[in-house]
Amino acid sequence: MKLTGKVIKCSDNIDTDVIIPARYLNTSKEEELAAHCMEDLIANFSEIARGAILVAGKNFGCGSSREHAPAALRASGIICVIAEDFARIFYRNAINIGLPILECLEAVVYCSDGDTLELELSEGTIHNIMNGDIFHAVPFPGFIQEIISEGGLMNMARKCTEVEGI
Amino acid sequence: MSMTMTQKIIAAHCGRENVRVGEIVMASTDMVLANDITAPIAIRELKNYGFGQVFDREKIALVMDHFTPCKDIKSAEQCAETRRFTVEQNIRHFYDSGEAGIEHALLPEKGLVGSGDLIVGADSHTCTYGALGAFSTGMGSTDIAFSMATGKTWLKIPSALLFILKNKPGKWVCGKDIILHIIGMLGTDGARYKSMEFCGDGLKQLSMDDRFTIANMTIEAGAKNGILETDNQTVEYEKPHRNTIPCKVSVSEAYESIYEIDLSTLRPVVAKPHSPANICYADELEDIKINQVVIGSCTNGRLSDLVTAAEILRERHVHRHCRTIIIPATQKIYLDALRLGLIETFIEAGCVVSTPTCGPCLGGHMGVLAKGERAISTTNRNFIGRMGHPESEVFLASPAVAAAAAIAGKIVPPDNI
Ligand code: SF4
Repeated sequence: MKLTGKVIKCSDNIDTDVIIPARYLNTSKEEELAAHCMEDLIANFSEIARGAILVAGKNFGCGSSREHAPAALRASGIICVIAEDFARIFYRNAINIGLPILECLEAVVYCSDGDTLELELSEGTIHNIMNGDIFHAVPFPGFIQEIISEGGLMNMARKCTEVEGI
Repeated sequence: MSMTMTQKIIAAHCGRENVRVGEIVMASTDMVLANDITAPIAIRELKNYGFGQVFDREKIALVMDHFTPCKDIKSAEQCAETRRFTVEQNIRHFYDSGEAGIEHALLPEKGLVGSGDLIVGADSHTCTYGALGAFSTGMGSTDIAFSMATGKTWLKIPSALLFILKNKPGKWVCGKDIILHIIGMLGTDGARYKSMEFCGDGLKQLSMDDRFTIANMTIEAGAKNGILETDNQTVEYEKPHRNTIPCKVSVSEAYESIYEIDLSTLRPVVAKPHSPANICYADELEDIKINQVVIGSCTNGRLSDLVTAAEILRERHVHRHCRTIIIPATQKIYLDALRLGLIETFIEAGCVVSTPTCGPCLGGHMGVLAKGERAISTTNRNFIGRMGHPESEVFLASPAVAAAAAIAGKIVPPDNI
């Protein structure tokens, strides 16, 4: 599946308190979360996020375990997060809820705010159509690919319990 | 084959003799935790995928602590949804206002988690239980729904950093200073995907409360888990509930890097905004005026933290521009503090004493900051907007440094009081 979107660039160590501040966690309704996503860092984020690709530095999604963070990004219309690397809980959460993520240092270094990227998620290719650059993301480990192809972790849970009769 | 303390516990929970760094295993869980913010999402996942029953009603703990006693209608709805689920599923360990406390202080106190256990929780500070020689780690709600349904979790076997603590720390140096010092050394991603393991003579000098503080903040260096060797103190702590399963470092080859920390050289540490790794010594800061002091949280809301704060606040009064909020982490700690006369000390010194809650730690309620305000707090995170307005600031420190700031109205080393 090909996805195309404009880059919103941000820095290293973007934490989940910045992605969705805890003061809004009295709900888990995604559209309410989306309205406040990233607002402490980029005031008009909810206006520019639809169809965009977030390109961040290292340790994206560090801090709290709130699944509200990838959910808010997805609901605000972000189609993929590309980062040098992800904090481990965010990484699991994004896979589990189906927010596309890619790890690619070169893309982080060579893409600028406002560039248009074309992504081929299944192959992990990132094509910068502004200048023709092509980057390859780190492939997912086999087990993660299995979760994705099962249609998410909870489908896997179904299979586990059916097999073992829990 | 040489394994770390973490690897041994995971191996024991997937029926294996050995595990290798980087491989992914399915392990069984001894306790699965969620709170008022994260439980509702997990509950909905279980329902959406047609799970009529949890794997074991005795092995799930649900603690209403973040926005409780509920601060508004929306947070009350989240608790109500969780409460309905616990009745429906007959969940044994459900803790609500009056019974509750901050989850990571409450579960060890009740003996629900302990040495040798494998625990997962929908809260990043689930790593706290490593202080008892357990493997425990935080995850998101869907991962926790998976564990609630199956009693299992998938784990990638982490590599590990070993910290050998040596010698006795000075009077005002506690677990908080040690872990802040280490986070400053590693950075907020220095232990990403790894275990942080602790051993050494210095550990024996530290109370169980100090050890909980150390394990609690390993996530702030990005760690998957933190784990400490067990000893006589662990045995004493666990005695009312269970026998301690010894947890010891066996071979140094199992570790990616080894650090020696001489505790006698440390001074009280402060983490400046907006990162727990942005550290300096309290005596290096001049004229940092403070509007609010918070002493509490899953990091430093335990009895010995309150005892230290009271030692400084006794027969003194907080600075008139410095609101001071004290939050015992559990009902038991509150009651113990009351019996020791600490609560009287706090009130006479002009502090607010709150019922157990996470409250201001995450900018929820009970002490939210206005624009331009500055707090010093014994909590664990000082990210932008963590305690309120995005233009407020949080400094992190020990109970001693926070209490000293309450008196002085600015950051000073506790010795100066
Ligand atoms: S006290 Fe703070 S860090 Fe601890 S569980 Fe509550 S919100 Fe999280």
